[in-house]
Amino acid sequence: MSAVSFEHVSKIYPPRHAGWKTLFRGPSKPGLQALTDVSLKIEHGEFFGLLGPNGAGKTTLISVLAGLSKASSGKASVCGHDVTQDYQAARRSLGVVPQELVYDPFFTVRETLRIQSGYFGLRHNDDWIDEILANLGLSDKADANMRALSGGMKRRVLVAQALVHRPPVIVLDEPTAGVDVDLRRSLWEFISRLNRQGHTILLTTHYLEEAETLCGRIAMLKKGQVVALETTDTLMARFGGDLEEAFVKIMNEPAQQAQEEALA
Amino acid sequence: MSIPSTAKPLPTHPQAMTGGSGFPTLLKKELLRFWKVSFQTIAAPVVTALLYLVIFAQVLQDRVQVYGMVPYTSFLIPGLMMMSMLQNAFANPSSSLIQSRITGNLVFILLPPMSHREIFAAYVGAAVVRGVVVGFCVWLVSLYFVALPMKAPLWALVFAVLSCAIMGTLGLIAGLWSEKFDQLAAFQNFLIMPATFLSGVFYSVHTLPPFWQAVSHWNPIFYTIDGFRYGFFLASDASPWHSLAVVFAVFVGLTLFALRLLASGYKLRT
Repeated sequence: MSAVSFEHVSKIYPPRHAGWKTLFRGPSKPGLQALTDVSLKIEHGEFFGLLGPNGAGKTTLISVLAGLSKASSGKASVCGHDVTQDYQAARRSLGVVPQELVYDPFFTVRETLRIQSGYFGLRHNDDWIDEILANLGLSDKADANMRALSGGMKRRVLVAQALVHRPPVIVLDEPTAGVDVDLRRSLWEFISRLNRQGHTILLTTHYLEEAETLCGRIAMLKKGQVVALETTDTLMARFGGDLEEAFVKIMNEPAQQAQEEALA
Repeated sequence: MSIPSTAKPLPTHPQAMTGGSGFPTLLKKELLRFWKVSFQTIAAPVVTALLYLVIFAQVLQDRVQVYGMVPYTSFLIPGLMMMSMLQNAFANPSSSLIQSRITGNLVFILLPPMSHREIFAAYVGAAVVRGVVVGFCVWLVSLYFVALPMKAPLWALVFAVLSCAIMGTLGLIAGLWSEKFDQLAAFQNFLIMPATFLSGVFYSVHTLPPFWQAVSHWNPIFYTIDGFRYGFFLASDASPWHSLAVVFAVFVGLTLFALRLLASGYKLRT
């Protein structure tokens, strides 16, 4: 049983009509093919990188895993739990740090984390919440309203929210976009520690040096297809340079050739 | 392609795997959300109802009697209570959902393992609480003007709860459907407001011409107000049992529709 499994996952977003038109019009043109036949497995304890340019389908793939998007075909599972058939167990096993800096302006940091715990059925979780707050350098902000926090602090709270139920699998969707060096460093120290403790990490990032340092294995997506799936070392050795060089070369290869190489 | 795994799966938080429900927390969060801005969500509608009461009672108190023996101010108070309850019960889930959608924090409700029934119950439950609290406050304040005892409090309570549940469910549906405040405002201004104002808040439908009486009887909101008034006066335009049947049927119909929308992930899960 893998920590994360995608089997022939494809996703086509239907064309959208805005507002009142949704009531009267059906789809008039084909939708957007965001993922095409994606298959990959991530084993327990891995630090796995999912790379690709903007619009490659990384967030869609994560959304399918988290139940935010429904796959048009194929299956996805977390710790052996199918994300649609057994969605409750799948979601209990998964913590997602979303890409956007989103928060509820009505609550303080501690209230936010208590509420998120409660959504998972955890009533008395303050010991763990305190531990997360301390590890993310948020202890002195526990009673601050979310609105009063800087962007970096809000990002830390997002990470904390994903961890309140101690999920075995943690997904980080571009967690360091727009954050300062200090936060980036402390965040990676904390995440690496969680990985050493046995948490499986799935990371998407545009910072290739981060992926090179942290990830044991990497998948690259291009136009919704897996075009590379190897250990980081193998990938760099194959292209004789660093990960950035490998990334650039793979992204500039014709899609067909890259996919054949990835699946070889 | 995958690497062979030697690591053991890490257990989730033991309590999290026991399947505890997220419903109590979502309900509490929705209650806190309006309680934290209670000036806007409770005090403001009470003041609005009070203004209606002062103005209409001043103009019509000595000119109109309803059901043959009920002074106009007394007749008006249950109508205003119910109008405030309906509008606030609608506003709670609809404003919460649209704000969460626009700010993006709706994702925190979609990621946990909550079922569509839990989400429905929490949003509608909070709507009922807000509606009933606002209605109770309007009643308390109106006692300053006229002592208005409830002759059948159970009837009044049943209609208050069911009516707020109807509007809470409608608010949930509107919040799911609306993608911007403009669409929600259209729902509110072109459907909820006319249906509430034209349902007998300010008048007995028996005073209307036959055509408009017939139209009123097709408006489910009429039965919520009429049944609620029965709890105060033991007199109403329609039989309270008939009103109860209509209100209950509308609630069940809307509930099934809202549950279907939530279960399908309509505008929530792409």
